[in-house]
Amino acid sequence: MTDIIIHCAVALLFPPLLLGVIGKTKAVFAGRVGAPYFQPYYDLIKLFRKGSVFSDTTTWVFRAGPVVTLSAILIAVLLIPLGRHAAPLSFSGDLVLFTYLFGLSRFFTTIAALDTGSSFEGMGAAREVTFSCLAEPTLFFALITLARLSKSLSLSTILTHATSATWFASGASMLLLVAALFITLLAENSRIPFDDPNTHLELTMIHEVMVLDHSGPAFGMILYGAALKLFVLGAVFINVALPVSTGIALADWVIFIAGMLVLAVVIGTVESVMARLRMVRIPQLLVGATILSAFAMMLVLR
Amino acid sequence: MFLFLSGDPTLCLLIAATLMALSGVPGLVLHNPVLSQRIATFLFIIAALLGESAVVALLSGYPGAVYQIDWPLPFGQVLISVDHLSTLFLLPLFLVSGCVSVYSLAYWPAREKANAGKLTLFMGLFAASMVMVLMARHGVLFLVAWEVMALSGYFLLTTEQRNSDVQRVGIIYLIATHTGTMALFVTFSLLCGTSGTFLFPAFHSLSQTLPVASVVILTALFGFGGKAGLMPLHFWLPGAHANAPSHVSAMMSGLMLKMGVYGILRTLSFFDGFPVWLGWVIILLGAWSAINGITLAAGQRDLKRLLACSSIENIGIIFIGIGLALVGLQMQTPYLVVCGLFGAFIHIINHALFKSLLFLGSGVLIHAAGTREIDLMGGLARRMPITSPLFLIGSLAICGLPPLNGFVGELFLYVGAITDGIVAPMPVAALVAPVLALVGGLAVITFVKLYGIIFLGTPRSDSATHAHEAPTTMTGPMILLAIACLAAGMAPLLLVNVVTPVVAYYGNLAPPVIAKITGQVPLMPLTIANILLITLIMLIGTLYLRRLRRLPRSQGSTWGCGFLEPTARMQYTGTSFSEMVVNLLEAIVAPKRRRPELAAFIPPVGSRFDYTITETVLDRILTPIFQWTGLAFSYLRRVQHGQINIYVLYIFATLFVLMFWKH
Repeated sequence: MTDIIIHCAVALLFPPLLLGVIGKTKAVFAGRVGAPYFQPYYDLIKLFRKGSVFSDTTTWVFRAGPVVTLSAILIAVLLIPLGRHAAPLSFSGDLVLFTYLFGLSRFFTTIAALDTGSSFEGMGAAREVTFSCLAEPTLFFALITLARLSKSLSLSTILTHATSATWFASGASMLLLVAALFITLLAENSRIPFDDPNTHLELTMIHEVMVLDHSGPAFGMILYGAALKLFVLGAVFINVALPVSTGIALADWVIFIAGMLVLAVVIGTVESVMARLRMVRIPQLLVGATILSAFAMMLVLR
Repeated sequence: MFLFLSGDPTLCLLIAATLMALSGVPGLVLHNPVLSQRIATFLFIIAALLGESAVVALLSGYPGAVYQIDWPLPFGQVLISVDHLSTLFLLPLFLVSGCVSVYSLAYWPAREKANAGKLTLFMGLFAASMVMVLMARHGVLFLVAWEVMALSGYFLLTTEQRNSDVQRVGIIYLIATHTGTMALFVTFSLLCGTSGTFLFPAFHSLSQTLPVASVVILTALFGFGGKAGLMPLHFWLPGAHANAPSHVSAMMSGLMLKMGVYGILRTLSFFDGFPVWLGWVIILLGAWSAINGITLAAGQRDLKRLLACSSIENIGIIFIGIGLALVGLQMQTPYLVVCGLFGAFIHIINHALFKSLLFLGSGVLIHAAGTREIDLMGGLARRMPITSPLFLIGSLAICGLPPLNGFVGELFLYVGAITDGIVAPMPVAALVAPVLALVGGLAVITFVKLYGIIFLGTPRSDSATHAHEAPTTMTGPMILLAIACLAAGMAPLLLVNVVTPVVAYYGNLAPPVIAKITGQVPLMPLTIANILLITLIMLIGTLYLRRLRRLPRSQGSTWGCGFLEPTARMQYTGTSFSEMVVNLLEAIVAPKRRRPELAAFIPPVGSRFDYTITETVLDRILTPIFQWTGLAFSYLRRVQHGQINIYVLYIFATLFVLMFWKH
């Protein structure tokens, strides 16, 4: 019961901090002081208090978009195990629901973008659905590989099964999986090298351009949803990459949170040292990730 | 209640079929077309209620009688009966045809359309012949019903026969369906040669070691696969579905394609086993159809052609399920049998529901906007407040997204595939999961494009600006189908309970085995998660709306990067939306681009850029072959000159030669 409460509390409160840490890391690399760690929280609070501007062309779909997207990701949060503890909502076959919830959220984000009738947002929506479609098989190859290692169909077992022993036994395949999952994590969360929210041109963005017309609380929900999504996929990654289990509940939570913070620093480092890829290169990298995870599966079968 | 009137489900179904077959007759004798159309719809509704009550009785274990007709022709006596496999297909058949019939009252009103009488007549024959296809237990009767279905389908789809496009696709349809029927003649003749009668062999009664077994199965796969729209025999499908009246497309896509699936399942049930490769071939064909079908769909600009291509995808998913089950039967792995059959059977019902919903929706849209081109629509959500959410439900369902019904069928396939990934020593079937994931991702592209470009943004043409909502007669049936999609998605146990007896019957499995494997599939948790999702959406939505009311808000034009006069033509079109994925999958879609010559920086006035999606099998293989054959045989045309006296001479000469040969 305590674990469920901690799970919900961490999942609801912690995600924006990741964005803060990423921002701080990038600032350090650039030699700036940077915004405070808690800046995303202040942004969110401010956004929820702001008024909204609605485009004349929009309908209820535009308003429903952020609501459904956020709800779908919140359900996904309930399915994912955090800090080596089973998820609050865990059942056999939940991994399929988990990935399809992201599909649902993507559907609504993109139709909300199309509702504005803006060519920029249409462009962003087209990119988002195309790239995510290429990232999807990767996730399934990875999940099948992990499912085979853990002999289970439930995310809670699949993701908490990996231990340091697993790494010794099938290190090569775990390494490939970690690489593939990291690429997917960056792609799904629209980070560099796939997308750069800080470009000055709408033409070159993916996620940010889709939400140009959202304002006020709706934009707050989108920002929060994006942080949650980064958190959820980051948790999948951390569970595979850092399979440390101490057996002490509190210590596991601390290790998990520390791992997530390190992940945020790593993402920030990647963003600082790399440039965004050209749009035509993105599919190649995504297909490359799929092939990596397919290799991981092959190695496990051997 | 109807069941108690007749007492026997089989009889009940036969009465329903007769009512549907006769529903067009008043149109032939009465001089009042409006009245006769209403009578036809009334008969259809009665038939649908009668049929559904029989289906419910059969599914709950009530036995259906077997009827024997002493046929005066030289094919022996004929049996008509109904089993669980037929019931599975009858369930959506009656629901959809009832809905379609009501819909046609407003979509094809006898008051305005002169050919409504013809349409009603063939619609009745079409539905009734499908019931007969499902109930026939005799090769010849089956083929008769099959041909009535194919031909009435032809007359339905050529309703607008003056249009040259319609004529062309009609001819292609006829050639395709008759080539398929030819293969079926071989199937049933060989079966008759094996068992000595045209009656269908009993379940698993034929040995797979028979020399004709693989020929029977292959010809059945060819004949029935062509009807189902399995690649590469799908070439007739996009054109036929696109050019038929929308409610006919709904029947064809939702129901007629499934008759092909039924045929294959029925033929396979005659044998006690299959060659090992068959399951893998069917999985491969299914995966190929699914990926190619949805990629073709993603590139389309024609609303109904897009839906038709996505039917190929869904048939592919159904075949993946059937293939998994066959592989499972072969390798003695019950989890593949159960998951494959559940996946396929549930998807058969689901596809009938959401595809009919979408095709009926496309009829409403074509009525309203006067075009099938999605790049000329836009902004219809404001103008059609009822159709828009219904179409959204259909689109979400067809993408297989929770909490709608499409997810349930795919969930079974995923669980089957991943279980294979866990336990099989060489988990080839596990590869189905990434394939399905890719197909799902492409489906999201396709249907975000379809819904977004049609309903959202601003209208791209005058006719779309003046679009209006359809009457209740058209939206009513769609609401019913949408509720069915939602209910089946929220409570997947409903679907599973309907399908369980069919799986037990077809897979020859004991209920405990099935229960053990379906226990791995999250049905109750899915309901809980769905309820949680809906509650959360309601909760966050209410909070958001309350917040909106309290905070200041203003209206403005869409952000255009500082440009203040956006026009509808600046919006992203469907073609531009799918351009990226079409380029990635160029090998499948093969877009043809015609660019103007660029001499200066700005192309001259009147230059056009053309962009069409071609279809490999039809446009690049079959059409050239037919053209060459036509040329090669053109000299034979001289023999056919229209002089009857010489024709009689031909007959005489032929007979003489034959007689001479005999001696």
